[in-house]
Amino acid sequence: MAVTSPAREPNVPAAPTLPPAGRRRRRSGRTFFGLSIGAGVTILVTLAAVAVFLLIEAWPAVTASTAQLQEISWFDASSLLAYTGPLIFGTLLAAVLALLMAVPVAVGIALFISHYAPRRVAQGLGYLVDLLAAIPSVVYGLWGVLWLQPLLDPFFAWLSSSTFGVLPFFADYSPPARNMMTTSIVLAVMILPIITAVSREVFLQTPRLHEEAALALGATRWEMVRMAVLPFGRSGVISAAMLGLGRALGETMAVLMILSPGYLYSLYLLKPGQQQTIAANIAAKFPEASGLAVNTLVATGLALFAITFAVNMLARWIVARRKEFSGAN
Amino acid sequence: MGAAALGAMSLVLAACGGSGDGGGDSTSGGTSDLSGSIAGAGATSQEAAMAGWIAGFTEANPGVSVSYDAVGSGGGREQFIAGAVAFAGSDAALDADEVSGATERCGSDVLELPIYISPIAVVYNLPDIDAEHVQLSAETIANIFNGTITNWNDAAIAAENPGVTFPDLAVVPVHRSDESGTTKNFTDYLAQASDGAWTDEASGDWPIQGGQSGQGTQGLIDVVAGAEGAIGYADASRAGDLGTVALQVGDAYVPVSAEAAATAVDASPAAEGASDTQITIAIDRTTTEAGAYPLVLISYEIACQTYTDSAEAANVKAFLTYVASNDGQQRAADPTVAGSAPLSATLQGEVQAAIDTISAS
Repeated sequence: MAVTSPAREPNVPAAPTLPPAGRRRRRSGRTFFGLSIGAGVTILVTLAAVAVFLLIEAWPAVTASTAQLQEISWFDASSLLAYTGPLIFGTLLAAVLALLMAVPVAVGIALFISHYAPRRVAQGLGYLVDLLAAIPSVVYGLWGVLWLQPLLDPFFAWLSSSTFGVLPFFADYSPPARNMMTTSIVLAVMILPIITAVSREVFLQTPRLHEEAALALGATRWEMVRMAVLPFGRSGVISAAMLGLGRALGETMAVLMILSPGYLYSLYLLKPGQQQTIAANIAAKFPEASGLAVNTLVATGLALFAITFAVNMLARWIVARRKEFSGAN
Repeated sequence: MGAAALGAMSLVLAACGGSGDGGGDSTSGGTSDLSGSIAGAGATSQEAAMAGWIAGFTEANPGVSVSYDAVGSGGGREQFIAGAVAFAGSDAALDADEVSGATERCGSDVLELPIYISPIAVVYNLPDIDAEHVQLSAETIANIFNGTITNWNDAAIAAENPGVTFPDLAVVPVHRSDESGTTKNFTDYLAQASDGAWTDEASGDWPIQGGQSGQGTQGLIDVVAGAEGAIGYADASRAGDLGTVALQVGDAYVPVSAEAAATAVDASPAAEGASDTQITIAIDRTTTEAGAYPLVLISYEIACQTYTDSAEAANVKAFLTYVASNDGQQRAADPTVAGSAPLSATLQGEVQAAIDTISAS
């Protein structure tokens, strides 16, 4: 280029430099295109590899006869399904209870941050919530065992001996508070930050015009939130809740530390030794498992994978269905 | 007599320990010309003791590196039979199939050495009780753990503890939530000694649905410590501040101790199929021997009688000799290591005789 430029007209110096730059730009564009395709494919391949691994490893347990399965020392169910059933029940019970407790509180906090708190307080509070999301679950487990359990003990004892104690949910409490209720409370605290953070972002997206219109019609702040913010944010809150549900379903360490496990379809929330979750069960049994026992545990893991998948699909379907009715359009 | 023997043993041991340490410090590597590495795998119950043994053995034999992977008894036996490890630790003796598998692997007889004896304490959380040890028979303990006895002021408990007033407090039985040799020995004790009050068989997994439980020994101890009125079972060395039950043996009540555990093992007959090299013991849970504490766990070391590699044979032999020696047994007995019960002199003699048969083929 340097050699040819003197021969060229001095008033068109930019012309020769354009093609190489364009080529370079095109090349970098192609590289980026390749990279992003690669990243996308990696995700799919990883997902497929996990699914295939689960299927292959679970297969011996799925095809094994009941007699073979019952040779595993801890396997006392009549079939693989009968063994996995109570675990699925326990997993869903813990996660749903946690969600029931966490969502109202999370929406409240998110609304406070987005629409009620003074700006400076809101910012600090936002950081704080994000920080909570970063705490590892084993720390939540320790917190639950060492701090929350003794605190809940007298309350549970009172609840169980009061007239509420006739309901199975609150009957037969036995200390320490290593039961489903404590577990789901800790899970609720764990999923609170993620639900709050996502909901807050969604509420902040509410079109200013909608809010001002509501206020102009004479709505109080609460009425404005109810008329403009909540309908707009509904699908966002649902996806936030599903994110939380996903974390609650797979939570292992905290459950392992807090819950006295049992393998029953039981709604006794204060009685110890009634339910167990899939993830905690795998963590508890895996260290000493070998052979078919490992396959059986992987089969329960496959069930968890399927549940998580189903929950995500359900969430997407709900969000997609609600989108057209939300205030976004 | 037993006490005298023990005293003598500990004297010898103190001497050994002193000279051993001195030798290790002054002439590093000069105490043995063994070299190489040996791998073991197996029971988690032995893990703490094994760490102590490995440390003690490497002090005297810096050329040998010993590893122990606590994968669980079943996994250890599997790996041993498959030839992946030179020795295995197991809370249970080999069954007939495993013996033939192991014999095939070794090309010779297999050694089963009862080398780790650990008393299991029945621990309780009753801070206000006015007694050093609550006294209970196996039958009462079985009724507590099967849910028949639900309150500490039960007449059956009071009858065994004259002069002690028990509070009106719910009994909270706590078991291990994971599979465990401790659970297996505890349920074996209940099944054999409770006069039919315990209807389940011995099992490493807790046989009864529901109830309070803890993950691992420490988990169980934490749960018992966390609730007044709780009762559980754990390695005696881990009982900490919790009270421990004195078990009814004959007409007397015997509190948990290393000596009482060793006495119970000595009073127990050899298991079916035992030989000079397979020193398996069927613990007599119903013993009436004075001063015996029959709630013990025996963990075995499993090794080959011949190894094709002469260095490996020498290393395994030297390591097991150290483990069975007074030095090794006292090291594991240290409460900061494993708090196990040292082997009695008779059993130690039998074990050493078996170890002496190890050779290269």
